[in-house]
Amino acid sequence: MVLEIKTSALEPVRNVYANLERRFGDKAASRYQEATYDLQSVVNFHYRPLWQPQHELNDRARTAIVMSDWYDFKDPRQFYYGAYVQNRAKMQEIAESDFAYFDKRALKDNLSPKVCDYLIHRLLPLRHAESTANLNNMYGCAFGFGTAITQALLYNAMDRLGIAQYLSRIGLLLDHNSGSSLAAAKDSWLHAAEWQGLRALCEQMTVVQDWFEVVLAQNLVLDTLVFDLFYRQMDDKLVADGARDVALLTDFMRSWNKDICRWFDAVVKAAAAESDANRAQLNQWIADWRARAAEALAPIASAALGDDALAQALAALDTRVSKLGLGA
Amino acid sequence: MSKVYIALQDNDDARYIVEAIEDDNPDAVIQRQPAMIRIENSGRLVIRKASVEDKMGRDWELQELHLSLITLGGNVSEDEDEMVLHWN
Repeated sequence: MVLEIKTSALEPVRNVYANLERRFGDKAASRYQEATYDLQSVVNFHYRPLWQPQHELNDRARTAIVMSDWYDFKDPRQFYYGAYVQNRAKMQEIAESDFAYFDKRALKDNLSPKVCDYLIHRLLPLRHAESTANLNNMYGCAFGFGTAITQALLYNAMDRLGIAQYLSRIGLLLDHNSGSSLAAAKDSWLHAAEWQGLRALCEQMTVVQDWFEVVLAQNLVLDTLVFDLFYRQMDDKLVADGARDVALLTDFMRSWNKDICRWFDAVVKAAAAESDANRAQLNQWIADWRARAAEALAPIASAALGDDALAQALAALDTRVSKLGLGA
Repeated sequence: MSKVYIALQDNDDARYIVEAIEDDNPDAVIQRQPAMIRIENSGRLVIRKASVEDKMGRDWELQELHLSLITLGGNVSEDEDEMVLHWN
């Protein structure tokens, strides 16, 4: 027997907002489309910003990258605020239960004092680098053009605060919530010779004018290196040192990184596909920041992970860049 | 040739599934009804995991189809990567 559900339907007069109809045709739009496309004002500004009279309030010309349609930077994850918050809440739940498990089973007791010290001085100072990552993405959000990219940059900026917090919580697990590990890590960040290269690079990044250059330097170049060093290679090293359980506490960063790479690769691809001028500009930035990041990370990479660690991370970066169809 | 069909709830997830089905089955007929989207095709209809993941921008298990599924008609053959409706 075939069951037929019969209904009488009233056809809606219009399926979708006019701006979306012009882009995608007259059919129901997704929430992401409604919350993204053409949202940012582009005309009828009353005055130019006093602090930058050569630009409009929202101006395409704040970067050397040129796009005919800035909404080509579509987020493949289709994150608008609601979807983003739901997704991260799920990830947070998993991370929280990992932390709770670590605490409940007293897994810290399996870590030797040497390993604890290693984590405090070789991993925790990254908290401060995450703060820069937050700033850089915020800068892109503030001065970027088109909601498609600015909203994704804002989400990324907030994620970086989350990662910094998880790093802090690792410290609090190690020092029984006294905060002494965080003070020690900050001291390392400020004074230990091997961190100074990265610290200087972080400061240099925050004064770059071109917002696309900043987010590219941060999200593609530096992050690929940092994540390979501190969340892949360091993980292998910790396993070898009998501290396998620490992986529970850094799992959020690894799954987060996978998600972010998918989005940012799409952004870079879209910019490169637009024109040869964009491609050349991206290649120049990547080469430039690759050299600077390599120099900045060299001391901490060899101090924390040995002499060929940086070479491995650079190979990971080169692989990612060539997959994007960029690079030499 | 008898028709196979599938009906999905009209929600955010299902929209992407429907878009993927549209791409993979160019001849399929799509009827948008209140709160429900019904798709039918003569003989065969395929739902591919990879196409849906492309549209959604995230990993998607074929089993998640059940979260939006109302009804379907046809013999089902499925593996990890695709589900096919057809009549034997």
